[in-house]
Amino acid sequence: MEGPVIELAGIKKSFGPVDVLKGIDLKAYAGRVLALVGDNGAGKSTLIKGLSGVQPFDEGVVKFAGEEVNIHTPRGASALGIEVVYQDLALCENLDIVQNMFLGHEEILTGTLHEAEMELLATKALQSLSVRTVKSVRQKVSSLSGGQRQTVAIARSVLREAKLVILDEPTAALGVAQTEQVLNLVRRLADNGVAVIIISHNLSDVFKVCDDIAVLYLGRLVAQVKTSETNSTEVISYITGAKTQEG
Amino acid sequence: MSNEVVSLASGNEGTLKDQFSAYLSRLRAGEMGSLPAVVATIVLSLIFEIASPFFFTKLNFTNMFVQAAELTMLSAALVFVILLAEIDLAAGVTAGVAMAVWISLVKFAAMNWILALVIAFAVGLLIGWVIGFMVAKIGVPSFVVTLAFFLGFQGMQLVLLGEGGVYRVEVPEVLAIMNNNMPQWGGWALIAVSAVSMVLLSLWDRGRRARKGLVNKPISILIIKVSAVVVLGGIAVAIMNQNRSQGSIPIAGVPIVVPITVAILFIGTFVLDRTKFGRHLYAVGGNPEAARRAGIKVAKIRIYAFMICAFLAVVSGIFHSSRIGNVDGSAGHTIVLNGVAAAVVGGVSLFGGRGKLSHAAIGALVITMIDNGLGLLQMPAGISFLITGSVLLLAATIDALARNRGGVINRN
Repeated sequence: MEGPVIELAGIKKSFGPVDVLKGIDLKAYAGRVLALVGDNGAGKSTLIKGLSGVQPFDEGVVKFAGEEVNIHTPRGASALGIEVVYQDLALCENLDIVQNMFLGHEEILTGTLHEAEMELLATKALQSLSVRTVKSVRQKVSSLSGGQRQTVAIARSVLREAKLVILDEPTAALGVAQTEQVLNLVRRLADNGVAVIIISHNLSDVFKVCDDIAVLYLGRLVAQVKTSETNSTEVISYITGAKTQEG
Repeated sequence: MSNEVVSLASGNEGTLKDQFSAYLSRLRAGEMGSLPAVVATIVLSLIFEIASPFFFTKLNFTNMFVQAAELTMLSAALVFVILLAEIDLAAGVTAGVAMAVWISLVKFAAMNWILALVIAFAVGLLIGWVIGFMVAKIGVPSFVVTLAFFLGFQGMQLVLLGEGGVYRVEVPEVLAIMNNNMPQWGGWALIAVSAVSMVLLSLWDRGRRARKGLVNKPISILIIKVSAVVVLGGIAVAIMNQNRSQGSIPIAGVPIVVPITVAILFIGTFVLDRTKFGRHLYAVGGNPEAARRAGIKVAKIRIYAFMICAFLAVVSGIFHSSRIGNVDGSAGHTIVLNGVAAAVVGGVSLFGGRGKLSHAAIGALVITMIDNGLGLLQMPAGISFLITGSVLLLAATIDALARNRGGVINRN
């Protein structure tokens, strides 16, 4: 296996007297989906905010593609190739799919928006994920279902040629069929050579799509296991703190 | 990598008939744009034509365009801030103050009128910047900031011009805007330039799409749109080019204000639809948080929007001074509310993110028509206010319902 896309070592973060992350070591690999699970307050969100540059870590080493990096701003994270798909998706309902996918990164030709180029690239990005659920790439986002919106948000990271995509509760608000679609999408994203980290509370989703599972418990990484070598009972006991992995 | 071939539509596929049914389904989904206002203009024209023999005379027809120009410009100004779900109640008085500065410089400092006008625009832009700064950087709601400016600038106008100060505009070029007409060929040239611009822009887009291998809409849609502009515009020009004088000196031709207004609306629409700034403006209006996360400098967009609003408001102020022939201390106090009403009636959403400059123009025409038609019927002014208010309420209700239908509020 190639080296990890992202490697965290000894990551610490505290808010005043509260130590939220107490020395995390974590690796995510290209082509693999890593689940980040843990109960509320385990530190999942803080870890993600650090990786996305929203709230930089206090201590520890972050290596991206083997190089040590400092991520201080969302822009810096994006420049490295880290994209975060937040739970609330952050889409403009009044704009169409293409416009949303290129928001803030518009293609320009002779001083004006190059709509044709953007439409073509957006269509290709959606096709690379085998998306077939949207009627038209010029549909307004307000007319899309929750799953379709998630699709647009994920496809946006493909467009930015992200090397690491972090998904925050991607299926939280979705029905059964749409959850299935989004999970398939996540699988294809990884199959395209992207490292994917999913934060999820839903273990059945995690077991369906993830290759590895990392469990946080009160600011510590208590386990990082291959999905094929564990089961949900074991993962739940890690989450609740009933069991810890050696090493 | 999955190489399954999936083709995604762009909404341009299909025949004219398919496009039309797609349009109908967009209407049903609540994306009505200016359609209600267009229907309103037709209905109002019919009612007033039946009720008053003066309504569709050559004179009144032309007058309506001149009357509507001022409101159109102010309403277009407001569209830039309404698209951000903000409001600028001070747009009218901003124009008033800028014109007061202008007339003061011309009258008291004997300054060249063009230079004075440049300074007046600079004053307008400065006011827009200050309002934008207060809203975007400090976070005071635009309603409050602009209400404060609205009150304060009424005082500023009086300070600049003195209590009851009224100064005649004696610059022929400024007076000409609303009072003089283009020669006969000017109107035809306007139609020709508009039609050719439409065709060229559309062919440009089509060429770009074709080079990328993307589907274009049927060319018949372009032909229909251009034909509509040529026919409707042609009829209007033909009417305006006839002698409409009731005295012995003939008056004919398209008023000069018309091409100025058309040009400004065209440029504004170009900026909104085809530039990065325009796209970001709609994005901030639709979801500021999403815009921020996409790396858009939201505060900068807001400040620019207020500056553009103030700038176009000053243009509307020039139209006003040109029409009435003077600058006085009470200019711009009442028109701003009609400006907001025109935008909303025309189909611009007060919730932000939806609307076009052309909507402002159509809305302004509806409101001018109500005012003009009821005036011809010698209705008391009270009735005009009541009807305008009702139309506004209706338009705002349609906007809110369309928003629900579009799934923004009641989506689970």
